Amino acid sequence: MSDPSLLALNLAEARDGLTRKMFSARELAAAYNDAVAEVNPLNAYITPTPERALGMADAADQRLARGETLPLDGIPVAVKDLFCTKDILTTAGSHILDGFHPPYESTVTDKLWQAGAVMLGKANLDEFAMGSSSATSWYGPVENPWRRPGDNRPLVPGGSSGGSAAAVAARAALAAIGTDTGGSIRQPASFCGIVGLKPTYGRCSRWGVVAFASSLDHPGPMGRTVLDVAIMLGVMAGHDDRDSTSAPVPVPDFAAALSGDIRRLRVGIPKEYRVDGMPSEIEALWQQGVEWLRAAGAEPVEISLPMTKHALAAYYIIAPAEASSNLARYDGVRFGLRVEGDSLDEMYELTRAAGFGAEVRRRVLIGTYVLSAGYYDAYYLKAQRVRTLIARDFAEAFERVDCILTPTAPSAAFIIGENTDDPIAMYLNDVFTVPANLAGVPAISVPAGLSADGLPLGLQITGRAFDEETVLRVAQILENAACFRHLPSFVVGGGG
Amino acid sequence: MIAKGTIGGRTGQWEMVVGLEIHAQVISKAKLFSGAATEFGAEPNTQVSPVDAAFPGMLPVINRHCVEQAVKTGLGLDAEINLHSVFERKNYFYPDLPAGYQISQYQQPVVGRGRVSLDMPDGTVREIGITRLHLEQDAGKSLHDQHPSLTYVDLNRAGVALMEIVSEPDLRSAEEAGIYLRKLRSILRYLGTCDGNMEEGSLRCDCNVSVRRPGEPLGTRCEIKNLNSVRYVMQAIEYEARRQIELIEEGGRVEQQTRLFDAARGITRPMRSKEEAHDYRYFPDPDLVPLVLETDWVKRLRAELPELPDAKKARFVSEYGHSADDADVLVAEKETALYFERVAQGRDAKIAANWVMGELFGALNRLGIGIEQSPVSAEQLGALIDLIADGTISGRLAKDVFAEMVASGADPAAIVEAKGLRQVTDSSAIEAAIDAVLTAQAEKVAEYRAGRDKLYGFFVGQIMRATRGKANPTLVNQLLKKKLAG
Repeated sequence: MSDPSLLALNLAEARDGLTRKMFSARELAAAYNDAVAEVNPLNAYITPTPERALGMADAADQRLARGETLPLDGIPVAVKDLFCTKDILTTAGSHILDGFHPPYESTVTDKLWQAGAVMLGKANLDEFAMGSSSATSWYGPVENPWRRPGDNRPLVPGGSSGGSAAAVAARAALAAIGTDTGGSIRQPASFCGIVGLKPTYGRCSRWGVVAFASSLDHPGPMGRTVLDVAIMLGVMAGHDDRDSTSAPVPVPDFAAALSGDIRRLRVGIPKEYRVDGMPSEIEALWQQGVEWLRAAGAEPVEISLPMTKHALAAYYIIAPAEASSNLARYDGVRFGLRVEGDSLDEMYELTRAAGFGAEVRRRVLIGTYVLSAGYYDAYYLKAQRVRTLIARDFAEAFERVDCILTPTAPSAAFIIGENTDDPIAMYLNDVFTVPANLAGVPAISVPAGLSADGLPLGLQITGRAFDEETVLRVAQILENAACFRHLPSFVVGGGG
Repeated sequence: MIAKGTIGGRTGQWEMVVGLEIHAQVISKAKLFSGAATEFGAEPNTQVSPVDAAFPGMLPVINRHCVEQAVKTGLGLDAEINLHSVFERKNYFYPDLPAGYQISQYQQPVVGRGRVSLDMPDGTVREIGITRLHLEQDAGKSLHDQHPSLTYVDLNRAGVALMEIVSEPDLRSAEEAGIYLRKLRSILRYLGTCDGNMEEGSLRCDCNVSVRRPGEPLGTRCEIKNLNSVRYVMQAIEYEARRQIELIEEGGRVEQQTRLFDAARGITRPMRSKEEAHDYRYFPDPDLVPLVLETDWVKRLRAELPELPDAKKARFVSEYGHSADDADVLVAEKETALYFERVAQGRDAKIAANWVMGELFGALNRLGIGIEQSPVSAEQLGALIDLIADGTISGRLAKDVFAEMVASGADPAAIVEAKGLRQVTDSSAIEAAIDAVLTAQAEKVAEYRAGRDKLYGFFVGQIMRATRGKANPTLVNQLLKKKLAG
C-alpha cells in the first residue's frame, strides 16, 4: 500500500521534504513504485521500471546525505514511451518496435537523470504519438483517472501523452515528460486536470525522441503545478549540438520568473477562437480567465489571429507528410518487428501492415499522398505557406500583447471509443493547440475549472518564442485564481 | 562533308548529346551527418553509428568539413557558391537505405553553375558547363551473393558524403566524355576533395545519352547508371548512342529509361522505365536547418585554393618551356606535377622532364604502381641527374644506376660507390686501356688505318668494355683518335 501522504506532495514540496530529510528518496520511490502498480487498471504505464527507480533513489539518497543536492534529486517521474531510454524497452506505443531496447539515452531523459530524477517507467501513449485519446496504443487504451460523477464509463485521458497525464493526475508519478506535436501535452493536461507545457520549438532537444513530425515535435514537462513544470523545464531545456534544430539560447531560471506580478501585462484574446460548436461552459471559463487576469492587473486586449481557421488543415498535411517519411525506417530490416515474406517487398508490406495500427497507417497514407508528384504544390507547399502566415499572425499579435489566453481544448474528456469512427471529429480536439505547434511558440495548459459533468477543463496561455517565463508567470496567476483542488475519482491512496 | 563530332548512321549523320552525373565521395574522416568513420575496406557494419542505421530518435548533424570540401570543389569548377542551400529528403524503400530516405539537396544545391575546360587532342579547347554540385548521403551496400536466398546489408558506406556533380549536356562524343571525366577527376584530386578512385567506388558516373540530327532539338535520353571506370563510360556511351540511332533508323522510338551497362558483353540493358520510376517525394528535411555560408568564409576558401591543372599547365609551358603535350602529361596528376617540380628544382627542366616521363614512368608502369609509391624519390632522381651533370657517371651508366635505384631504393651516390661505377677521367688510365685494346686488335687497327672507318665504334666498344663502362666517353674519343692517327 502506498503512503498517501507522500503521494499528495507536489514536486516542489517533495523536493523540500527530501532536502530536509523528512523522508528518503528510497521511501518516496517505493511509495511511487507501489502507486505505479496500483494505477495498473488505468494502463498508464507500458513498462514500469521499479528496480531502476530504487537504484536511482539510493544514489539520490547518497548525494542528499553528502549535501550535494541536484535540482531533481529523488523526484520520481514518468517518461512518455516516445523517449528512448538506454537498454529499456522503448515502444512508441507501437507493435512495430517490439523488443526495441535503444543503445542510447535521449538528451532530455539524460538531463533528468543527471539532475537526480528517478525513473518510474515508460508511460503509455497514442501509437507514435498520433492521436488525441491515447487509445491507439498497441498496448491498449489509457483510461482517464477522472469519471463523470455517477457515470462509470471510462474516459480518455486525451493524447497523445495520455499515460503521462493520467499517471500524474492519479498520483502515480510526481511529474512526467511528454511530447506535443499538435497539443499532445496540453490537451491531456486539460483532460486530466494537471499542468502541461509545450516549450518553444528548439528549447528542449529532440535527440533520442522517436520522431512523429520533426518540425512540430516538442518535448515538454507535465506536472501538478505551474511551479513543478517550471522546475522540470529548467532541467529539460538547453542547447544540444546533436539536434540541429535545437536553439543555442541560454536557459533562464524559470521558477524565479514566477513573480506573481502581471500588472500592466497585455493579454491577447483572439476573437477567432470562438469556434462553432464550442460548449458554452468553455466559453464561460475562458471569460472567467479574462476576469482573473484583469483582477491581477493585466490588461485584456482583443486581437485577431485570422489564419487560425486554416491551422488544423495545414497541420493535418504537414504532420502526416513528415510522419510518412519519419516512419519509413520501420521496415523490419534492422530492429523491431519483422514479418517474413517471400520477397523484399512482401516483407515490407507484411511487417508494416502488422506493425502499424489504423491511425498510423492513415497518416502515412495521407502524408505519402500530399508529398506525391503532382500534389506537392497543392497540399504540402500550400500548407507550408499557411504555416508561415500563422507564424506571422502570432508575430504581429505579440507586437501588441505579451501573451494570449484561450481555452486548451474545445471539450472535456470524452468516453473511450467516442470519435474513433470519425477522424475529423477527433482531429478537432487539436483546434486550439495546433497553432502554437505550427508557430513554434510556447504554450501551457492550466486546470481552471470543471465542466458541468464534473470534468476538468484547462485554459491555455501562449507566449512569444523563448518567453516561457511570461507564459509560466501568467499561468501561475490563473492557477492561483482558479484554485483547482478537485481530485479525480481514481487517485492512488484515495486522495488522503 | 561530315561535321565534327557526328556519327554516321544508315540514313545520314547523327549527333550524340551526353551529360554526366558524377558521384564523388568526399575525402572526410567522418560521414556527412554522423561521426562514424569512412575508411574503405573495413569489416562490414563496423563503421555505423545509430544515425547511419536510422535508429529511432537519431538526428543528422551536418559535418562542416564536408561542406568545406563541396565549396572548395565548387570554386575549383569556377562555379557559383550558393550561400543558402537546403537539404531535402529523397524518399524510397531499400534495405541499404536505412531511413527510407536519402538526405540530399534538390531545389537549392550548395553549388550552382560552373565550367570545366577540356584540352582536346587536336589542340582545341572545349568548355563543358557544370549545372550544379550538391551534397548527399551515400547508401549502404546490399550483398546478394553471400547466401542463396538472403541479402546481406553492409552499412559502412551508408551516410558517407558524396558530391553529385552534374554537367550540362555539352559532351558530343564518348571521347569527350572520357576526357571530361579524367579532367574532373584530376581537378578533384588537386583539390584534395575526392581521391577519384573508381575501383573503390569513390568516383561513380551516370551518363545521360541521347541522339539527334545535327541542329535539331534534343532527343529522348536514356540514363546509364553506376559506371565505375573511364573505359566503361566511353564504351557505354558509344554503344548506347549507336543503339538509339539504329532504333530510330528502324522506325522505333527511344523510350526514356534507366539502363545498366553490362561490361562483360559491352552492351546496355534496361533497368527500369519511366513508368516504373520512383516518386521520390522530395521535401525539405525538417531535422536540418538551411545551410547558410558566410561570404568571408567562402572568400578564405577561394584564397586557399591550390594551383589547379589548367593554371599549372600554363605555368609549365611558360616557366619550363615544355610543349603543351609534355605539360599535359606532367600536370594530369597532382603527384606527378609535384614530383617533377621537385626534380626540376635547380636543375635543367628539360632533362628532369625526360627522366620523369621516360625512365621513371617506364619503371612505374612495369611495377604497376603510381608515382606516390615510387621507389625512387624526387630527391634521389635529382641526385642522379646531378651525378651526370658533374661528370661522375655517364648518361649511359646512369640508366643502370637508375634501374638499381628502382630495385633497391638506394641513393645513386651509394650505388655508384658500392659498384665502383665512378667515371674514369684519369687520362693515363684510359690511355693504358686504349693501348691494351689496340695491341690486342692489331689486325683491326691495320684495317682501320687502311680505310675501314666503321671499325672506330668497335674500338670504342672494346675500350668501354675493358673499363666496365666507366671511362669518360669524351676522353676516350680524344685519346683514341690521337692514337689511331698516330
